[in-house]
Amino acid sequence: MLNVVLAEDGVLLREGLAGLLERFGFHVVAAVGDAGELLRAVAEHRPDLVVTDIRMPPGFSDEGLRAAVRLRRDDPGLAVVALSQYVQHGYAADLLASGDGRRVGYLLKDRVVDVSDFVAALRRVVDGGTVIDPEVVRRLLGRHRDPVTRLSPREREVLGLVAQGHSNAAIARILVLSEAAVVKHVGSILAKLDLPPDDSTNRRVLAVLTYLKGEGETGPQGRG
Amino acid sequence: MTVLSIIRSRRFLLTAWPWRSLVFVLSTVPLAVAAGVPFGVLAAPWLVLLRRLFTGDADPVTALLLFLSGAASLALLGPLAARPLPIVEAHRLRLVDDRPMLAGRSPGRRLGYAVVLVTAVPVVYAALFVALLLLGVCLFSPLLVDGGPITFGVVTIDSVGQAVPYAIGALLALPAVPYLVAATAGAHAAVARALLHTAATEELRAELVEVSRSRARLAGAFEAERRRIERDLHDGAQQKLVGLTLQLGLARIDLPAETPAATAVDTAHRQAKELMGELRELIHGIRPQLLTDLGLAAGLRDLAADAPVPVSVDADLPRRLPEHLETAAYFVVAEALANLAKHSGATRGTVTARERDGLLTVEITDDGRGGADPARGSGLTGLADRVAVAGGRMLLASPAGGPTVVRVELPC
Repeated sequence: MLNVVLAEDGVLLREGLAGLLERFGFHVVAAVGDAGELLRAVAEHRPDLVVTDIRMPPGFSDEGLRAAVRLRRDDPGLAVVALSQYVQHGYAADLLASGDGRRVGYLLKDRVVDVSDFVAALRRVVDGGTVIDPEVVRRLLGRHRDPVTRLSPREREVLGLVAQGHSNAAIARILVLSEAAVVKHVGSILAKLDLPPDDSTNRRVLAVLTYLKGEGETGPQGRG
Repeated sequence: MTVLSIIRSRRFLLTAWPWRSLVFVLSTVPLAVAAGVPFGVLAAPWLVLLRRLFTGDADPVTALLLFLSGAASLALLGPLAARPLPIVEAHRLRLVDDRPMLAGRSPGRRLGYAVVLVTAVPVVYAALFVALLLLGVCLFSPLLVDGGPITFGVVTIDSVGQAVPYAIGALLALPAVPYLVAATAGAHAAVARALLHTAATEELRAELVEVSRSRARLAGAFEAERRRIERDLHDGAQQKLVGLTLQLGLARIDLPAETPAATAVDTAHRQAKELMGELRELIHGIRPQLLTDLGLAAGLRDLAADAPVPVSVDADLPRRLPEHLETAAYFVVAEALANLAKHSGATRGTVTARERDGLLTVEITDDGRGGADPARGSGLTGLADRVAVAGGRMLLASPAGGPTVVRVELPC
């Protein structure tokens, strides 16, 4: 049984999420309402997974994210999934930069209502994966950087799924392709983006995201 | 120009102004009579008082009562009786003064003018009339003297021989008549304008200040109301809707597939998700959450990231600005970037934001074809109003061939 600490300031959603996690076999050891309580609960319960809202009291800006980054710094192996109200590239970048970039997830809050997909994403993170919200990837891809425009629509689709932490086999299932075709697409993408070919899903994700983020304008200084 | 400014001109006698002055002077007579009747009635106690003072049968108490009742009736009903005067005079003054005039609404000033009209005006006009009459009699004295001797005060004319010098003198004085009439009309008009028009501009200025203030108050209340709605939707409806959709998602999983219940719950779940999207859009349109949480610079970068052409953002804003300024600037940039994508044919854009010496300046530039016309239904006009309410201004430069520059300046 996986132990989870949940941090979300909205009572209704906190209870809903706790119910959802219990329903899928997670054990919610603590459900808290702000970042301070989150740090205390993690210290006390040493959970396998932390699911936290980014925007929480008292400042309602990025308290949850800062707590998540701190937890990851203290324990780089801790699996953390942060839920965001809106796409903010700097958040994703900060999370990915914490620890070795594995066992982290950045998802839009609305994703929780697709319960099966959401739970699957949590499991991928616990299993050592990296999950980035498709919307983040879509926006990064929409940035009109030269190399990205060289990708075909199918390759962009594959890249989006890669960034969400899916394995080649999973991508083949989702797009109804042969696994060999997916491997070919991934190779072509990495080549077009001048990235070293790599089989590990997480390193692929990181490489792609690091590349797409590029040019420094989405880093911490992006949050005026 | 006014008749008093023309009167010094050498061509004065050749213009229409002497005739216009004459019409003015002549039309004053019925007006003064018409005003005299109600004011005579209102001032009746004073007339009685005057008569008694002359006859000597006024005891102090009666005199005081008469004086007070006259003053009271004039003060109370006088402004009412004088009500049509500013409007009538605004029309009549055009004869001798072509500057625009607005009828004032100050009761005190129009009462003052009415008093002038029924007291000083008859005296001055009577003097003018006597002077003109004298001149006329002198002029025609050689003809009139046949009917008997003519007497003015101490002077008596008995014969034609005596009359001729007077006639010659009157003839020489004749060109002075238009000047006399014009001077009278001009002086009267100047008094009328001073009493009736100056008040109008003061009132207008006061009214304008009040209107600007009430516009700012309205806009502030409107902005606060939008914020309240946004917060209520975000903290209430949106949270509940996410909770509800989550429950529907859970219920769907536990229902056996392909059953009517599963289909119904599936449909409900899908509709709830659509509603979530719509509500998010609605809240975003009022005030984006990202702007509230992270401020203008982050908001502008977010807008740029969503633009269909590459837009670079250079935002140097070290501190958070008042909410309404952030919102105004944000929506101007959103609209400008939408126009840039839709109409300009630009391939790049830049957004710069600076706060210097209490002035927030945001500038959006593109490399498009220019020729943007704010009058042609672009949403920028509405935003310019919003910026103006915040005490700022919006400037648009878009020459044919480009580039288009939209600049917003907001005091902060």
